[in-house]
Amino acid sequence: MNLHAIRAIYLFEMARTWRTLMQSIASPVISTSLYFVVFGSAIGSRMVEIDGISYGAFIIPGLIMLMLLNESISNASFGIYMPKFSGTIYEVLSAPVSYVEVVLGYVGAAASKSIILGLLILATSRLFVDFGIEHPFAMLFFLVLTAVTFSLFGFIIGIWADGFEKLQIIPMMIVTPLTFLGGTFYSVNMLPPFWQTVTLFNPVVYLISGFRWSFYGVADVNVAVSLGMTVMFMLLCLATIWWIFKTGYRLKS
Amino acid sequence: MSPIISVQQLNKTYDSGFQALKDVNLEIRRGEIFALLGPNGAGKTTLISVICGIVNPTAGTVLADGHDIVRDFRAARSTIGLVPQELSTDAFETVWATVTFSRGLFGKPKNPAYVEKVLRDLSLWDKRKEKIIALSGGMKRRVMIAKALAHEPRILFLDEPTAGVDVELRRDMWEMVRGLRENGVTIILTTHYIEEAEEMADRVGVINRGEIVLVENKHTLMEKLGRKELRLQLSEPLSAVPESLAPMSLTLSADGHELVYSFDARHEHGDIAGLLRRLGELGIEFRDLRTRESSLEEIFVDLVHNGTPGGTDTPQPAAGDSQ
Repeated sequence: MNLHAIRAIYLFEMARTWRTLMQSIASPVISTSLYFVVFGSAIGSRMVEIDGISYGAFIIPGLIMLMLLNESISNASFGIYMPKFSGTIYEVLSAPVSYVEVVLGYVGAAASKSIILGLLILATSRLFVDFGIEHPFAMLFFLVLTAVTFSLFGFIIGIWADGFEKLQIIPMMIVTPLTFLGGTFYSVNMLPPFWQTVTLFNPVVYLISGFRWSFYGVADVNVAVSLGMTVMFMLLCLATIWWIFKTGYRLKS
Repeated sequence: MSPIISVQQLNKTYDSGFQALKDVNLEIRRGEIFALLGPNGAGKTTLISVICGIVNPTAGTVLADGHDIVRDFRAARSTIGLVPQELSTDAFETVWATVTFSRGLFGKPKNPAYVEKVLRDLSLWDKRKEKIIALSGGMKRRVMIAKALAHEPRILFLDEPTAGVDVELRRDMWEMVRGLRENGVTIILTTHYIEEAEEMADRVGVINRGEIVLVENKHTLMEKLGRKELRLQLSEPLSAVPESLAPMSLTLSADGHELVYSFDARHEHGDIAGLLRRLGELGIEFRDLRTRESSLEEIFVDLVHNGTPGGTDTPQPAAGDSQ
């Protein structure tokens, strides 16, 4: 294992975060805080409780998950796309590193950033809404698992993308709508039966439900199913990345 | 001594069907400067890219310092440094950070003293805290070299190292390359500047349409395949080459003041003594004479465009050389 290489890639990617602190950290924290102000404090104060939880507190896991998915995908896809775009990918390809080490470096850094952001938003939300965390270790586990899984997904997007537009298509056109429709702002049980069934095809439902369970002990779907779906998606991403490096898809001629 | 790079039956066909490399066999010796020449699209960059692991080969084997580049890629790649043709850099990183990154990427522990030495050798020490985007093109090129040297490679590939740099920097680069060779680094460079190969290389390889056309010691190549000219400035102009000199390969300048004798360098000095004796017998006097050898460029153009070096019709070896 080339630990020096993993460390080099990881620190290089993290350095980019600290260099662009406003864009990387401040911007997502501020935009998520606005959701808390509008939906949590302003509108939320006039909403009824859901499953015995105040609306402001109810949306916290969903909002963190919304940010976590978008940032994980964005960080990881940008991290691997930029070397491709600038041509510096030659150095990674010609270095004595395996694909496992490359993934650990890039995905590790992307996931780290998302986790830091998730914790920052969690801390910020406490300024607006009063809430507790019933299963803190499970919450951290879901946070890390989701950040890693969607960073892997972002890594795949970054390799697949051959232009900046494609980097944005999947997060904007697929992930964000699925997150909004995945129970961020409502409980799936509030939907008519037909739409409840349709919603179960949305993978983000399982992420938000599992995460919300770790906060309040209530979930739309069984927590084991949430965990299983997330792990399955992670394995699917790992298999895709293995195939990418085996074939050199969009990396090597 | 075993070659530091051994390429055997290497083939590369791209998905488009274009065959960039055709049964390439090539051996690079330890400690030499090897110049790979060829026109655009000849396969120079593809060959380097395969050896460095950037492009997958279709068939064939490559050993770098005895290590197979596919089966034993870690050991093979650890020995190689690459300076690509394009100025591909992380624009917003500092010089120090990007060179340190390269060292780590190649599995080497931190060594600020070594990085400092590399930067000083390349006159980059004063720029170490500057962002790469703020550097001139020549300085960026030096940064690329520093990155390639950061992990102390034994083999250095320079793909068009002086493309687009000014004459002064080019000379500096040549000095730097010689210095690396003195420290035991084997250097393989591709170039469009024939004078660069002529100035620096120990051996020259010519690739054309994916095939190695020739590999030869530079001096041997020029001696064997180059043409020489003897130019005589005549005291009195001639209206035509005298008939008795017709069997010799002589041309007369338009104004009749210069007589040019061209001969194959392989035939030692041609028959210069015979020519001068005959001129004396004919009472043709000259006030100056000078000789000129074919440049590597002329040999290269002959090889690539005429398929015959120096205008000869002798088939040339595909690989290896006479040494």
